[in-house]
Parts: sequence; structure tokens; C-alpha cells
Amino acid sequence: MTPRLVRVVISGALGVAWPAAAWAFGGSGARVWLPESYSTYAPAIDQLFYVVLGLTGGVFFLVQGTLLVFLLRYRRRPGVSAHYTHGNNTVEIVWTVVPALILVGLLINSQTVWSHVRGTPPPHDLELEVQGEQFAWNIRYAGPDGRLHTDDDITTINQMQLPVQQTALVHLASTDVIHSFFIPQFRVKQDAVPGLRGRLWVTPTREGQLEIVCAELCGLGHYRMRGFLTIASPEAFQAWLAEQTQGGT
Amino acid sequence: MSGAAGHHPGFIRTYIFSTDHKTIGIQFLFTSLVMLLVGGLLAMLIRWQLGWPGQPLPWMEKLAPDGMPGGVMVPEYYNMLFTMHGSIMIFFAIIPLLVGVFGNYLIPLKIGAADMAFPRLNMISYWLMPPAIATVCAGFFVQGGAAASGWTAYAPLSTTLGPGQVCWIVGVIILGTSSILGSVNYVTTVINLRAPGMSFFRLPLSIWALFITAIIVLLATPVLASALILLLMDSTAATHFFLPAGLIIDGVAQPHSGGQVLLWQHLFWFYSHPAVYIMILPAMGIASEILPVFARKPLFGYHSMVYAIAAIAVLGFLVWAHHMFTSGMNPTLGTSFMASTMVIAVPSAIKTFNWLGTLWRGSIRLTTPMLHALAFVSMFVIGGLTGLFLAASPVDLYVHDTYFIVGHLHYVLFGGSLFGIFAGVTFWFPKMFGRMLDELLGKIHFILTFIFFNAVMFPMFNLGIAGMPRRIYDYTGYAHLAHVGGLNRMMSVSAFCLGLAQLLFIVNFFWSLWRGRRAGNNPWEANTLEWATSSPPPHGNFVTTPTVYHGPYEYSRPGASQDWQPQHQPAPAAH
Repeated sequence: MTPRLVRVVISGALGVAWPAAAWAFGGSGARVWLPESYSTYAPAIDQLFYVVLGLTGGVFFLVQGTLLVFLLRYRRRPGVSAHYTHGNNTVEIVWTVVPALILVGLLINSQTVWSHVRGTPPPHDLELEVQGEQFAWNIRYAGPDGRLHTDDDITTINQMQLPVQQTALVHLASTDVIHSFFIPQFRVKQDAVPGLRGRLWVTPTREGQLEIVCAELCGLGHYRMRGFLTIASPEAFQAWLAEQTQGGT
Repeated sequence: MSGAAGHHPGFIRTYIFSTDHKTIGIQFLFTSLVMLLVGGLLAMLIRWQLGWPGQPLPWMEKLAPDGMPGGVMVPEYYNMLFTMHGSIMIFFAIIPLLVGVFGNYLIPLKIGAADMAFPRLNMISYWLMPPAIATVCAGFFVQGGAAASGWTAYAPLSTTLGPGQVCWIVGVIILGTSSILGSVNYVTTVINLRAPGMSFFRLPLSIWALFITAIIVLLATPVLASALILLLMDSTAATHFFLPAGLIIDGVAQPHSGGQVLLWQHLFWFYSHPAVYIMILPAMGIASEILPVFARKPLFGYHSMVYAIAAIAVLGFLVWAHHMFTSGMNPTLGTSFMASTMVIAVPSAIKTFNWLGTLWRGSIRLTTPMLHALAFVSMFVIGGLTGLFLAASPVDLYVHDTYFIVGHLHYVLFGGSLFGIFAGVTFWFPKMFGRMLDELLGKIHFILTFIFFNAVMFPMFNLGIAGMPRRIYDYTGYAHLAHVGGLNRMMSVSAFCLGLAQLLFIVNFFWSLWRGRRAGNNPWEANTLEWATSSPPPHGNFVTTPTVYHGPYEYSRPGASQDWQPQHQPAPAAH
């Protein structure tokens, strides 16, 4: 065993990996991290994400640090033999109960956000249907009668608009295979399942241009099943909707 | 190869249709290592497309004229690649490596038995594997290409695809049959064939893990097999278990009615979540076996470790729908599955802390198997902790079906299972083949694998957090992913280096097979029964059946003349 050669290999591999990483991050300049948030519940989901990140990050450094210290501290040394022990019931109980309590806390925290996002939706200002089909999003708004699935419905393909600060109730459907309606900036994702009526709600917080991503493999065109979402002022939204009607869909 | 009982079968009965558990274990080893290589090569093609979307690889046109015309990958082929990569790695590499190889090779040796309870059943369980592999891989050569609906084969997409998907279904049913037969054998063997004195609480942890894994396989795999048969009938026999009314596929209205799409997901994950534990428990057992040997210390908290495995096995059956938080199932059901998923983190934490406890005040030797076992602990921690993001269902709403999941599962299945497999193969290679692996090559292979594995897999968490969906052929069209190209290229370069580093393992394996240093019976100075017999052990394993006097982890006992106490030798009286 030649430790020198091993060290050369380690530095060689790191010598390849670090410049590659620097090139990858340096080349793009932007951090690969959470996209900006555009919905009322996105901050709550982000906050929960950071809670889990803090918790797991803490455990990560604790465990990996302990592992590293033990490996350095308890390497084989001449004349020193290992400590003979089969364990200790007190520490077993401690490291069973402490993680359990932390997890109960996390569960309560998560459930609060979960029932807000996925529980009974708040009163809505607007109702629409999004129907996935290989490989497009069919968007359907209620016409002047205010009801979906009547003759005066307004339909578009891959073009969705929502009024800012208004709550939209979105019904999800699919005609062929499972699709998943995913808008990263809203932090929400819900499958459009054939044979089932899915439902989600969202209140956009600011105006902007976003994209609808299909997050469930739906066939060869899955990667290009992309819709466009414009969040506009309520007036601009109404004007756009009226234009769609005049377009005679 | 002449055995203790003067057993002289011919060449075919010795090497091909053998009923000796050791030969069957080694057959599983070679078959599944080849499939590991195949699965890895498919991953290289996937990384090529993700690193340089749409760039041609001209020489690939000869290998896949339909999939890569002019060397440029088409979307259908990409879908086939990740489907086959996942399926091959899970069904033909990791499960057979952990359960087929170590289960077969180790169980009789470590419990002091001459062979398995049902040697012929055992042979059949191996010989179902080549037809299963051939059937699944035949998909690449049929019209329309291989299965392309992911390893999860979600209906209705999986029922709309061509003959390649049917090959996949049939092949996985055959493999499931093989697993069920193997596990009947393991359970019976552990219960009935233990040597005198080998009580359940003197079993090595690896045997506990394999025993409980076999029980999981026995309970879960029939559910998968049944679900696959229903899917097969939906695809070929015009039934509609999973197909609701009103489907319009390729513009054609379908005649189905009454099926339920989510039923497939419930049945599939009822098997496939326990399958995650099928792929991790044996690796945990291997790590629990190797850490004490090279820390020269008893395993910390033996009983807790056993109860933790049992708890994981039971809870593993109660968490399946956490794969379905966004599927449209009732949100209240989501709450209960979130709770059960958080509970299952507790036994995993217990195991991790006990591994650390085993290292505490040890006398640690950093051999190749030990390095892999330590990497298993370290990487499994990342795999486990990132699971908490997915357990917290509101966070899962965002990261579900993104690269976050891909990162998480690779930390569990590569960081966990595969490092466990490398640890096991390097640890028991001397017993299997009577020769030592080269330590220097082994260490270099370990270091390169460890560094490049992390360089490929860790950035996947960032990609997922940035909202990059998984199973996506080309991400360059999306505005929110405009900046991830560089990171993807870095990951692809690392993936190619990771692949190349495996050549060292292959070279080491074959060189040592013929040229390695002779191992002797017990090169690691370990306690368990397999080290009490010759390397490789004779047919029938032991010249006389050993008697077991104490547990498997009596290392560094004060007052003893040597720092290990084999299970078959009475311990000197403590003073």
C-alpha cells in the first residue's frame, strides 16, 4: 500500500472535478436554486423547504463530522486496542426518542401547510379547466353564463391567463394518459388523470410570464408539452378573455 | 471441487446447472455485474443527451439506427434509455446482486448449513433470470423499440406502447417469479438449517437483513406479479383494469370503461416501496457486518439493529402512497402517508447512530471493503435525509417528479445499495475465489467512484430545486431552465469519469481472480462461520458441522489472546 499514490489520485480527481464545477457555475453565472415565487402559498412552501433544509443540514454536518472525527481519532494505532462494548441502552433510547420528537414537530408543521394548499379551497373569483392531451394543454374558461362545459365556453390551446391577486380554481382532466400540471413559480403540481377530476387552486401574487410544465412522463413529446401562462391585471385579463371570445373559438 | 461427501458431478452439473448455493451465488454475481455494466452504459447515453442536447454521436448510428439516426438521439429513444436504465439497474443488477448473490452465497455458510433447504428451487430461481433479461432486452429489437414508460410503467401510457412494453411486462413477471422462489428458500433455510447453538440472536446482521428482506419479497412481489398480469391483459387482451371510459389515444376513441388509473399506482407502489427496502436492507446488513471487523469492535446495539430492520420492514408496507402525493388521491390520505413516512425515518436514524457507535473507540483499518462500507453509511445518510423533503408533502408538491427525486434515489440506490455491494464483493471475494483483490487498485477505484459519484448526483438536488423535471429529453426550451446547461455538462463529464473508473474494478476483479494473493481461510480475522472453512469452501461447506458458542461480533474482548473470537470456538472465560 502506497499512501502517496492514493493521495495523488485524490488530488487528481479533485483537480478534474473542481475546475469542472467552477466552469459549470461560472459559465452560467446564475445560481441553480428555487425560482422566484408567484403564488400566495409559495412563501409557506419555501419556508417549510428551508426548515427541512436546516434540519437535515444540521443532521448532515453532525453525522458526517462525527464520522470523520472517529475515522481520524480511532485509526488503528500500535498498542491501542478497541474498546469492548456491545452498546448502551440509554443512548439507544435517546437517539430513538429525539429524532421521533423532531419528526413529530416537522409533521405538524407540514400538515399546516398541506391542509392550506390541498384542503378545502378558499372562495374563488374564477373557475377554469385544464385538460392535458398528448402533447398540449387545453384551457377552458366559462363564458358569459359563468358555467363550465356549456356552449359559450372559451377555449385556448397552451395559452393561459390569470388575473393577479384573484383566486382561481383549476379543474384538471386528461383525455389520454396521465399528465402533471406543474408551474414551478407557483410551487404547485397536480396530476391530470384520465377518468378523474383533479382540482387545485392558486392566487397569483404578481404579473409576469410563466410556463406550464408537464411533470409526468406522457410519451415521446413529453419534453415539449409546454404551455404559456400570463398573469395580468384583472382588466387586462378581462380584455384578453373578450378577445378570445371574438376570436370565435 | 471434490466435496466432503465425495461428490463428483460432471462439468454441467458443477458449473451450469449446479444446485450448490455457492455456484448459484457466483452465477448471480457474474450475470448481474454484466447487467450493471449494461445499465451503466445506458446511463452514459442519457448523460450525453442531457449534457449536449441534440449533439450527434455519429458512431452510435450503427448501434441504434432508429434511436439515433445520424447519431442524434430521438425523444422516443431517450424515453427507452431511462426506462431500461432504471429497470435493468433495479431488477437485474441491484436486487440480484444484493439478494441473489449475497443471499445465496452467505446464508448457508453463515448459519453453518451444508446448502440451502431447496437446492433445486434455488437453481430454478437463477435460471429464470437469463430468460427474464432476454425478454426485457428483446424490446430493443422489436418494432417500435423497447419499453418507454419509465420503470414505473404507469397506466394508461404503458398500455398504449408497442410490443417492447409487453416484453418488459413479461420479463419482469419472470423475474418476480424468480425472486419469490428464491425468498421461499431463504426463509426456510434460515428457520430450519441453523447449526447447533446458532440461535436467532446469534445470527450475523447480514443474515438478519437477508432473512427479513426475503420475507418482504415473499409478501410484496406477488402483488407486483398480479398487477403486471392485469397490465399485460390490459395491453394485449382488451381488458380494462386500469383504463377508464372516454380515452382518446392518437385521435382514436377507445372502447374501455370502468378501469381506474390510480389502481395501478397503488398496486405498483405497494410492491415498489418495499422494494426500496429490498434494495437497502441487505446493504445495511453488509455494512453492519464489515464495520465491526475493521473497527475490531462488537457491533454497537445488536438488538436495536435487529429491531430497526424489522421496524423498517413492517413500516415499509405502510408508506407506499407517499409516491402519490400529487397523483390526485384524497389529500387526507396524503396526511396519513406523510405521518407513516416520517415514522420510518426513526429506525433509519437508529441504524446510522449505531454504526457511528460501532466506530467509536474502535481500532479502525481502512481496507477497501471498509472504505466502501463507510461510504455506504455516509451516502445513505444523504439519501435518507433528502427523503425528508419528499416526506413533507407540501415540499413534495414542488420537488416531486423533478431531478430532486432522481438525486435522492441515486443516493439511496448508488450511494447506499451499490457502495454496499462493492463493500460486500470486496469483502467476500477472498472467500468466493480463494484470492485477495489488489488493495491499491481497490482503493483507487473507491476514491474515484466516491468523488465522481458525488459530482454527478449531488447537483441533481440543485436541478430539482430549480424545477427541472425528470424524464425530460430536452430542457433547453424552458425559460426557468435557461441557466442549467453548464451544470448538466459538468455532471455528464463526471458521469463519464465515473463510468471509466469502473474499468479499474473490472481489471482488479479479473486480475485477482487468477493472479491475486492466496487468501487463506480467514484473511480479515473475522468471527462468522464462513471464515471457519476453506476459501473457496468445499461442496457441503464444512467438513464437520460447526457448533456455535456465542454471537458474531466478539472482537477485542479483554483478556483474550487474539482480538477476535470465532463463533465456532468457545470464548475463554472472562475474568
